[in-house]
Amino acid sequence: MIHSLFIINSSGDVFMEKHWKSVIPRSICDYFFDAQRKANNNEDIPPVITTPHHYLLSILRSNLFFVAVCMTEVPPLFVIEFLHRVVDTFEDYFGECTESIIKEHYVVVYELLDEMLDNGFPLATESNILKELIKPPNILRTIANTVTGKSNVSATLPTGQLSNVPWRRSGVKYTNNEAYFDVTEEVDAIIDKAGGTVTAEIQGYIDCCVKLSGMPDLTLTFMNSRLFDDISFHPCVRLKRWESERVLSFIPPDGNSRLLSYHIGPQSVVAIPVYIRHNISFRDVGGGRLDITVGPKQTMGRVVEGVVLEIPMPKCVLNCNLTVTQGKYTFDPVSKLLNWNIGRIDPTKLPNMRGNISVQSGSPPPESNPIINVQFVVTQRALSGLKVNRLDIYGEKYNPFKGVKYVTKAGRFQVRT
Amino acid sequence: MAATGSYNNERPPSVDADYSADPASGSFFSTEYKKHEDLKQMLDSNKDGLKLEAMKRIIGMVAKGRDASELFPAVVKNVVSANLEVKKLVYVYLVRYAEEQQDLALLSISTFQRALKDPNQLIRACALRVLSSIRVPVIVPIMMLSIKDAVSDMSPYVRKTAAHAIPKLYNLDPEQKEELIQVIEKLLSDETTLVVGSAVMAFEEVCPERIDLIHKNYRKLCNLLVDVEEWGQVIIINMLTRYARTQFVDPNAGIEVEDKEQPFYEDEDEEEDGEAEAEKLQQRPKMMDHDHRLLLRNAKPLLQSRNAAVVLAVAQLYQHIAPRPEVSLVARALVRLLRSHREVQAVVLTNIASMSTRRKDMFEPYLKSFFVRSSDPTHIKSLKLEVLTNLATDTNIAVILREFQTYIGSSDKEFVAATIQAIGRCASNIREVTDTCLSGLVTLLSNRDESVVGESVVVIRKLLQSETVGHKDIIRHMARLVDKIKIPMARASILWLLGEYCDKVPKIAPDVLRKMAKTFTAEDDIVKLQILTLATKLYLTNPKQTRLLCQYVYNLAKYDTNYDIRDRARLTRALQSSFKDRDQFQLSTLSHLINARATGYQDLPDFPIEAADPNVRCVEVPAIFAPENHHRPAYQSRSKPKKPESFYSDESSPGDESDEESESDSESDSSDSSSSGSSDEDDEDESDSDDEEDDDDEDEEEEEQQQAKGRKKGGSTSVKKHTGKREATRASGTEDSDTSSTSSSDSSSEDDSESSSNTSEEETTKKKSKAEAPKGGNRQVGGSKRSNLDLLLDLEDSPPAMDTPLLTPSLGGLLTPSPSSQPPSLPPGASIQPASAKFIPVAKQELLNRISSGGLAVACRFTRSPHLYSPRMTSVELSFTNSGAEEIKDISVGAKKLAPGMALHEFAGITVLAPGATLCGTLGIDFNDTTQPAAFDLVAGGRTFNLSITAPVGELLMPLAMSEADFNLNQIKLRGMNELSGPVSVSTNQPATTTIVDKIYEIANLLQVQSSSSTSLKFGGQTASGKALVLVSVLLSESGQESSVTVNCEKLVISSMLLKEIQSAVKKI
Repeated sequence: MIHSLFIINSSGDVFMEKHWKSVIPRSICDYFFDAQRKANNNEDIPPVITTPHHYLLSILRSNLFFVAVCMTEVPPLFVIEFLHRVVDTFEDYFGECTESIIKEHYVVVYELLDEMLDNGFPLATESNILKELIKPPNILRTIANTVTGKSNVSATLPTGQLSNVPWRRSGVKYTNNEAYFDVTEEVDAIIDKAGGTVTAEIQGYIDCCVKLSGMPDLTLTFMNSRLFDDISFHPCVRLKRWESERVLSFIPPDGNSRLLSYHIGPQSVVAIPVYIRHNISFRDVGGGRLDITVGPKQTMGRVVEGVVLEIPMPKCVLNCNLTVTQGKYTFDPVSKLLNWNIGRIDPTKLPNMRGNISVQSGSPPPESNPIINVQFVVTQRALSGLKVNRLDIYGEKYNPFKGVKYVTKAGRFQVRT
Repeated sequence: MAATGSYNNERPPSVDADYSADPASGSFFSTEYKKHEDLKQMLDSNKDGLKLEAMKRIIGMVAKGRDASELFPAVVKNVVSANLEVKKLVYVYLVRYAEEQQDLALLSISTFQRALKDPNQLIRACALRVLSSIRVPVIVPIMMLSIKDAVSDMSPYVRKTAAHAIPKLYNLDPEQKEELIQVIEKLLSDETTLVVGSAVMAFEEVCPERIDLIHKNYRKLCNLLVDVEEWGQVIIINMLTRYARTQFVDPNAGIEVEDKEQPFYEDEDEEEDGEAEAEKLQQRPKMMDHDHRLLLRNAKPLLQSRNAAVVLAVAQLYQHIAPRPEVSLVARALVRLLRSHREVQAVVLTNIASMSTRRKDMFEPYLKSFFVRSSDPTHIKSLKLEVLTNLATDTNIAVILREFQTYIGSSDKEFVAATIQAIGRCASNIREVTDTCLSGLVTLLSNRDESVVGESVVVIRKLLQSETVGHKDIIRHMARLVDKIKIPMARASILWLLGEYCDKVPKIAPDVLRKMAKTFTAEDDIVKLQILTLATKLYLTNPKQTRLLCQYVYNLAKYDTNYDIRDRARLTRALQSSFKDRDQFQLSTLSHLINARATGYQDLPDFPIEAADPNVRCVEVPAIFAPENHHRPAYQSRSKPKKPESFYSDESSPGDESDEESESDSESDSSDSSSSGSSDEDDEDESDSDDEEDDDDEDEEEEEQQQAKGRKKGGSTSVKKHTGKREATRASGTEDSDTSSTSSSDSSSEDDSESSSNTSEEETTKKKSKAEAPKGGNRQVGGSKRSNLDLLLDLEDSPPAMDTPLLTPSLGGLLTPSPSSQPPSLPPGASIQPASAKFIPVAKQELLNRISSGGLAVACRFTRSPHLYSPRMTSVELSFTNSGAEEIKDISVGAKKLAPGMALHEFAGITVLAPGATLCGTLGIDFNDTTQPAAFDLVAGGRTFNLSITAPVGELLMPLAMSEADFNLNQIKLRGMNELSGPVSVSTNQPATTTIVDKIYEIANLLQVQSSSSTSLKFGGQTASGKALVLVSVLLSESGQESSVTVNCEKLVISSMLLKEIQSAVKKI
């Protein structure tokens, strides 16, 4: 399956390699660099590159390329998904996954890679099991280890590995038992020129942070579970129970995890919480004008916060001379990105931005207006109206502290102008 | 903490010499040595902390890909270390380097063997993992034993590790397969979810063909599927898909027939979940195997896995083995994956794209999820476009087109181009919107971006090509755009389109050509080339109207600064010299044979519109009409049908079209050539007399020659000034010695454009010539005299052999010089010209036997004439004979199965082939200079036959006329490895040179080059496709025994095959 892994930074250095079978020379990465040169930007590099003897499957995460080398037929998603899982694990261990972090913790990284894959086939990818095998680095433990001579590596097989609940380690103890659930919904939408909704979808997640002692069995019910168009679960969720009763029944993983993610497709009506009135025009000579007003819409009484507008301007735009009634705007003349950070929208005084756009003299006006990427946050409410009904705990005696938080965010939210 | 810094700098700070130090300086080696010494010391110490430190630094080197093999002995000692972390790092190191240091690696084996007995399952598993990862062939038996032990281990974790070890051992020594299969069999029967995934993985790697091993475990695997870890799920589902395809019948076969049957299997597991559709499906024909259903039912919940690979695996399972109505269940899950990482998106979209080609309805509800966001990377965008195009139906096309409309404005030009293509595909798939799309595309032609315009034109061209009904108005619209659009690419594309569909716009195309001719000199090169193409196409389809325009364009092109354009002009000029032109001459006449107007030739009059009074024949013998002359302009005979002279006096009643044409001609004339008005006329008259009255009386001949001289001067100067079309035409007719065919077309073109400039002088000349004709005695003399001047000029530019392609010796000797006498008139250094074949093979090769095909016999013959569609193509004449009793309808070319690089231009389809009839069609095949067969399907009367044509190497060539100097020059260039030579032995003594020449002509389409030496024969040609020169020279010795053949060609395969063929052919003499 996976023969080797190369980690490449944005400047094209292969700074780490790991081979699970015979060594493949790192010159194989030249094919990847060729593809990188051909692509307009790093996003455009094809995920699978065919070379005479090998297949290179790559992902791009936080500006690092993870290039896996395969030699035989293999389900491509298998490899890609695994690579993402590797990065997720690194992020889980080190907080973030950057070149310096990987270099700093190279021993742990190497041990992890060795543990995650055996002969190119995934061995242990569950974060809980890995954390038992190889302790995540922290300063306290490092000091303790140097004093006591203990090591970061566990000498016994994690119990989870053998149980039916590999995601949970045994013998968990907390003084404060608590379980928090975050319901996050992201709105993906395309709004057309006239303000009509071309398509709008909701991508939702329920992330949980469970710190409960022992082996609790939780049941989560929703007020309106029929909302879900499609749903995918953490392996801990009992699928049969969900199918039959629409109840989430599970033994939670310890710590943070994504319990489920759901998708509400474009068939359902999605209420868009903001509207944008825009007027961007380019004249044949002397640049163009811009006038944008943002306002709240269908927010059910909640405040729209963290509003940011990003407008990638056409190449010929030199500068923008604008006045805003609220927030701050920046224009990056290199990337041609106009960024307007509005913050909170006060419904009584709508934020407005207007002014002139100066265009390179002599160049024809752009054929089309730029699109507007919108970011916003609406707290305390899930856009779809999803509500958690109750959380029950079985199997353990204590009464934990429970909490649910709702947030709606803009996902890939675009306004065409 | 100390370890953290060491990744970036392996040495402790005290050693400051960096590895970036110049390797040439001695210090590099010393520090290297010291560095390793330092590490060795640390490894040898008895403090675990130091060892760990050293190991971490070594692992750092391994991770960076730096060579640390030197430390192997020091490291391998520590395999016994009690510290687990040190041990693990040693394992990592060992796995990396054991292959390189096999002997030393063996030292560690006993440690692993001991560890395999350890009570701690993690240690056992770890030892097995490392032991099996050491790729040292010597330990194969040990590995085998360990694996066998481990499969019966109590710990499932160790059994899992054993499963992983199996493919490692198999890769190391495939001989162990049989034994390993037994182990796999045992593992497959394991009941633990932890093990089965890895067991199936081992099965897939070692013996995927032993499907029989699965039978016993099939149900268990299905039932455990949900609980297996996600990576194992992917492997198991993929394997079970294969298994199901071999074991179960197609659930979709006969779905219609058994529709009414009672459900064999009631599935109640689907409770609510809005699975009404699924419920309904369950009621459908249920002859499906119970186990088959089991697999599908157990896999279904996995569509909700968080792992994209699992979801896609289930999706493919449904796609391949589920009853068709159930497949749509997977659509929703796949659409969900689109929200995932970019790479996942790309893979899923690719799969959706291919699923949607067969199942539109499946993804149609999710249409909007495939709408493109400007933030998507380009390859995602094009995949989404692909899906959208696949999903387009007549109900949603409006939405999709509106969406496409917004994409056109994107700043990503590659994406815009892809969108235009997508619009084109929608337009061709959905009839209702074809016109909307077309007009939309036409408006895009005025886009500022070149790629947009180019793409639109290409798409429009494709659309028009696939349309059976003509879009006259669109072509007309595009023709109008020529005035507005200034982008050369678009202009060129429009011209190409006009040329391609000139038959649909018979009036507009010539007019556009006229406009283009006016602005020719100011155009971009690419446009000029297309003007030439358009001119040629028009000339071939509509010579009557466009002949003069073409001549004019060619002459402008001939003096262009760009050599490409000059070349193209020469080439297209040569293209015209096809037999098509010969229609103008009456069959069986000398003029027809030489393809030039012989003295005294009388045009065959066209049929009269009204029959003449039949009474006149009461005494006379009626005239014979040859039907072949159908394309003689009707108006000629309309005015004075009986008299051949009508040809010249017809200007009073020209047809509408030619009227328009001549107007435009004179318009362009006057605009372009205001400088020389009157000389124009003179020239014309003179040349008329020259072209048509080749042999005047003896006393007039002198005068004519003088005229010719004067004309020559006038022509050359006037052309340089680009003064006018007619002069230019003259120039080509005289000084530059047009091809015989063009000169003849010249002459006949006069009838179109003849203005009122005919003088009485000319009339008289004509009469004289008419009177001259019957005499015939002087003809020979006049002809030969003329040839001194005219032949010389003729040869310069024309394919010399073109005039005598079917030369019979008896006739050919009379008027035209023999082939060997032609070349001397070539000035040295003259450009190498394509020529026509000297020998046309008549032998046919049977492609399809009438017995095997049920009546249709197909034979092919290489005609050795250039193919009109592309000069790279070899013409192959297919003759279809219907020897059956019934009509065969619709003969055409079906699917083409060509090797890469080859191309095939199909013949015009034959609608009906009557019994006993034989019809011909000409294929153009670009063999790409290989003798690989061109295979294609012939569809005849609804049946398909596989035909394959292989060209002998000689047919891949095209003759070239060249002087000996050129020949020698090029031969020198093609020395060395491009030269092949070999002896030929001729059995008879002193064979006639001509016999050899004929033989070579027979096997290879080459043209003899006049050689100064009588003992060497030289032939020139080029390959049809690659246009690589092929030069053949035969050196004859006195006795004929030691003759040798030399072939020079940069295509070695061609030359070696050609050499062999020549050798064997000459041997037979």
